[in-house]
Formats: sequence, C-alpha cells, structure tokens
Amino acid sequence: MCGTCGCEGDAGVRLTTLPDDAAHPHPHGPSGDTGRTVVLEARVLAKNEDLAVRNRRSLAGRGIVVVNLMSSPGSGKTTLLERTVRELGVQWPVAVIEGDQETHLDAERIRATGCPVVQINTGAGCHLDADMVRRGLEALDPPDSSLVLVENVGNLVCPALFDLGETARVVVMSVPEGDDKPVKYPHMFRTADLVLINKADLLPYVDFDPERCARQVRSLHPAAEVLQISATRGDGMPAWYGWLRALRPGLLPPG
Amino acid sequence: MHELAISQAVVDAVRERTGDQRVRSLRLVVGRLSGVVPDALRFSFELVAEGTPLEGADLVIEEPGGRARCRSCGTEFGTEGLVVLCPCGSADVAVTAGSELLVRSVEVA
Repeated sequence: MCGTCGCEGDAGVRLTTLPDDAAHPHPHGPSGDTGRTVVLEARVLAKNEDLAVRNRRSLAGRGIVVVNLMSSPGSGKTTLLERTVRELGVQWPVAVIEGDQETHLDAERIRATGCPVVQINTGAGCHLDADMVRRGLEALDPPDSSLVLVENVGNLVCPALFDLGETARVVVMSVPEGDDKPVKYPHMFRTADLVLINKADLLPYVDFDPERCARQVRSLHPAAEVLQISATRGDGMPAWYGWLRALRPGLLPPG
Repeated sequence: MHELAISQAVVDAVRERTGDQRVRSLRLVVGRLSGVVPDALRFSFELVAEGTPLEGADLVIEEPGGRARCRSCGTEFGTEGLVVLCPCGSADVAVTAGSELLVRSVEVA
C-alpha cells in the first residue's frame, strides 16, 4: 500500500511518493508513461553503518576493545602487531583480524607469536567492512575484556569511509613515506583517533619533519594524538601500549 | 576504488525499496568532501547495475559544496577541502556540510 495516499501498490514494497505528489498523480497500471518518483533519502552506507553500530554495541557489552589499524602497504602494521601481541599480550588477552586482498602471509606471522588470528581475504575488495569484521569476530570468538587488533587492507583511501564498529581508529604511517601523507590523504587522517609515525629509527636518514606532520594531522582532526614509534627497535612502544590501555572500559581517568 | 562498493550499496538500497521495478533514473547526493568521486561512481555504477532493474538508469548527482564552522570564533564559511583553516587563523574547525552520501530518490517505470 502506498504510504502517502493508501492506494494499492506492489505487495511488500513500501513506496513513499514525493510530497508534491499528494494529489495522486502517480500512474496505476501499465498505461502510466511518466514514471513515478520514489523518495528514499537513504544514506548510501546505512547498511554498513547499522552493522557497525551492532558490532560496537555487542563488543561494548562484553568489554572488548577493537582497534582498526589503517595505513598504506608497507608501513609496518604487521611488524607493529607482532611486537604488540608479544609484549602486551602477556597482560591482556589479544587477538588479531588480518585483512588483505590475498594470501595468509600476515596471519601466519601473527600465528607464529601464538596469538589467535583470523585472516580475511577481500579478493578484489580494497577495504574491510562491518560485516566482514562481524564474521571475523564470530570465527575468532575473543574472550570478554580482551583486545582485538584489526589490520585493515593496506590502502590510505578506501578504508576511511567504512565504520567497522571499532572502539578506535589508528592510522599508521612510516617515515620513508614522507611527512605530507596527512594532507594528501585527508579523508583517512580526519577519522583517526591516533596517528602512529612508525620507523622513527630512520628519522636521521630521511627528510621527514615530525612536527610538520603532526601539524597537518591536527589541521584535519584537532583531537587526534600523534606518537612516534619504531616497531622494530621498540621506541615509543610504551606510549602506544598506554594509549591502548586507556581504551579499556571501566578505567577511571587518572587524578 | 571504493566507488565499486559504494555503487553496490546504492543498488542494494534502491532494490530494497523498489524490488524488481525498472528504475529509469536515480538522484544521488555526493558531497564534495565525501571522499567519493562522481566520475568513478558513474563508471562503477554501470558495472554493478548490469543485469539488475537499474541497468541503463541515468545517474543525476548533486554535489553540495563543503561548509565549516570555527570552534574558536564561531564563523561559518565554505570550503572545498578538508584541510580547513578559519579566516581567524584557527585550525579547530568542524566540517558541517559536504560529506553527504545519499540516495535522494529514484524514478521507476
């Protein structure tokens, strides 16, 4: 039934006519030649956003922290994860969801550390979405009050638009990539709660101005935090762990 | 090329409402700050719509410009980019419009 005027439409399909259509001009039957406008006013990504809300609610109910790690390929996300699960996993149960177009190479690296891991291969897909993460979480079945690190597909463009239902979003960039990445990929950086500048051990050898980079990040997202780390050498890792621990529910702010 | 996934989401959202009815045209809103490129969306829409009741439908894309509001001085102003600086010099600026990504309406046969 037509939601506006009550005429009989196609069964099971709810149609709403344009407000200025209320005088009943839409055609009934095949003789109508002018077509009929169906107003949707629908968010294109509504389905993903609804699934993300569901993920977020169910995770919060179980005290599980989920961190979405995004970066270009080669920024050192997997090395960062290996070190994080080894060092942080002794105090806090950690599991990993790996996203790549193809192969299980990253998941095998994580499994070698003894950490539970699920690999999602997106095939032609350039990003993870909320449904993939829901399925990943189902397969992983992380314990209550644990930490789940999600390594998104290496790509500084597409993952920016897809909410996974995560607790926080982290963008990892690395010193050899150059300090102008934030302004070149503003959509990605404007959604970041934290930006990690990885491979900081290479700073003496590369023309990279960390302060300039941090200013760019803040111009896109004033509340974003920026930390310098080296996942291979260990610089800055305690600050990264501290930032993660602060996401745990039920912790009172210091002071 | 997230436009492929965006196109699929458009087709799904429309079909949820119009089922198997043939769709002649779609009116979309793709804000200039949404991160979606209209030309890439048109290209991928053609691919995704093939074999569905949306095949061959015209895409009419509204592209509203960006707006921002300064949290320091309260000024509202237009912007074409995401790196936004208020005329007062503050970088503490909230983007208030231009990120829209909507299916506004469709014309069914």
